[in-house]
Amino acid sequence: MATEALTLSGVDAYYGDSHVLHDVSFALQPGRLLGLLGRNGAGKTTCMSTIVGILKPRRGDIRLFGESVAGLAPDVIARKGIGLVPQGRRTFRSLTVRENLVVAAQPPRHGEAAWTLDRVFALFPRLKERQAQLAGSLSGGEQQMLAIGRALMGNPRVLLMDEPSEGLAPQIVAEVGRTIDRLKAEGQSIVLVEQNVKLTLNLADEVVIINTGRVVFQGSARELEGNEAVISQHLGVF
Amino acid sequence: MMVQITSAQAAILAVNSIALGGLLFLLSAGFSLIFGLMRIPNLVHGSFFMLGGYFGVTFLDRGVNFWLAALLSAAAMAVIGGLIERFLLRRLEGQILPQVLLTLGLAFIIADICLMVWTGDPWQPSPPPELRGTAQAFGMFFPLYRLAILGVAVVIAIALWLMVDRTRLGAMIRAGVDDPVIARVMGIKVSQLFTLIFCLGAALAAFAGVMGAPYLSVYPGLDFEMLPLALIVVILGGTGSLLGALVGSFLIGFLYNFGQAMFPDLAYVILFLPMVLVLVLRPQGLFGRVEA
Ligand SMILES: Nc1ncnc2c1ncn2[C@@H]1O[C@H](COP(=O)(O)OP(=O)(O)O)[C@@H](O)[C@H]1O
Ligand SMILES: [Mg+2]
Repeated sequence: MATEALTLSGVDAYYGDSHVLHDVSFALQPGRLLGLLGRNGAGKTTCMSTIVGILKPRRGDIRLFGESVAGLAPDVIARKGIGLVPQGRRTFRSLTVRENLVVAAQPPRHGEAAWTLDRVFALFPRLKERQAQLAGSLSGGEQQMLAIGRALMGNPRVLLMDEPSEGLAPQIVAEVGRTIDRLKAEGQSIVLVEQNVKLTLNLADEVVIINTGRVVFQGSARELEGNEAVISQHLGVF
Repeated sequence: MMVQITSAQAAILAVNSIALGGLLFLLSAGFSLIFGLMRIPNLVHGSFFMLGGYFGVTFLDRGVNFWLAALLSAAAMAVIGGLIERFLLRRLEGQILPQVLLTLGLAFIIADICLMVWTGDPWQPSPPPELRGTAQAFGMFFPLYRLAILGVAVVIAIALWLMVDRTRLGAMIRAGVDDPVIARVMGIKVSQLFTLIFCLGAALAAFAGVMGAPYLSVYPGLDFEMLPLALIVVILGGTGSLLGALVGSFLIGFLYNFGQAMFPDLAYVILFLPMVLVLVLRPQGLFGRVEA
């Protein structure tokens, strides 16, 4: 069996005394896209924060291509190859577009095609036009592209995207969707956190649903598509 | 209440204001970067200035060249600053209040050690020989050394600006000021930046302490005279902003000198009132950015 790109096994995470993630386990296969769904406050962002090292898991293990990264510092985890597109984009507002990309650059791992400034600009021509502008002056859609480009500059082995469609116009959501599709086609392993069920089902191979910090569904996108009971119980949408 | 001054006096006050502004910039540039990146007012910063001054006068006493003495003092203080950051502040990472109290405690410790080593007498070295004279302009004489302080401050300001604004390292520092958590998640070694900025800030403060010694002299209590000035400069200019530190420094240089000469009874009001106004009306400082 090939090594999984990313595995969480039995992860518990807390904010102080507040127990947010309970025994969370799932696995992402290399080159696949795993959709992580759940209502507002379910614990999706907490899950991302725990994977990237902002929050230390109290129990359980997190492995990147077989190597444990649980408890490491965020910058060490980033260098090992986990990239994050944070919820709310969180671009460095007082840096230019170009600087946002340059500061996040990491050398590529051996034998993998490297993300460079030029390649990110080819993917998002709008960022190239605006490269000298401050990130804080960009529109929401442009900031999302910048947040994605910034994460790619780290040449991640696994890319985590936390609600990249949040707060964007339908047209821009479709564009973000096409970008994700393209990254997937290039073999990028991706965890996509979303509340947009339709977008997720279109893109995902596997889907995990969490509710109040526990995994309540795990299966293929096909399986979930036909299971309206699960969708309405845990996501509250039809 | 207001003391009348002649235009000749005003010219001298202006030169003194500019010299003090230059020193304050060297002091507060590091203070501001530390505040921006580490989110703590480094209360030991005035002590770096004073201790740097004492190091400098000690080297000068041994016959070391003035500029070499300033550089040696800055290098020594960079090492001390680095040790403080790595071995003391680092242990309290993320705990703002304990970190601030630690820097305050260190300031008192350094003050006592300085009193013990350098006694309570003021040390006032001569300026470097090439800068002992005066320059004549507009029919008046200006002390060369005070003008030189301005020149040095401007050169260092430009070098710092190039570093912070034009290099990848500088962009990483600004990213850390913007959003330290996400900067780490993007692979930036923010802890190493903390150490670097702390060393740099300590070195600049010490360099300023030596530069200021022929003008202000070095004496017990200099640390806690300089610290509030750095604090006001950074509150006026906005934390983490070099331009803010520059403008704030010269503003305070002028307010301090002209305030004391023209409104001796109200010197502190004139110094602290702008700070209070900025805190109330524009808390991010004149050049600071509103937190997102
Ligand atoms: N910094 C924090 N401190 C304390 N509690 C938090 C913090 N962030 C999130 N929470 C709580 O953790 C739970 C999960 O939040 P989150 O992971 O942000 O959910 P989601 O991303 O699925 O909307 C919520 O109950 C939220 O209130
Ligand atoms: Mg969230």
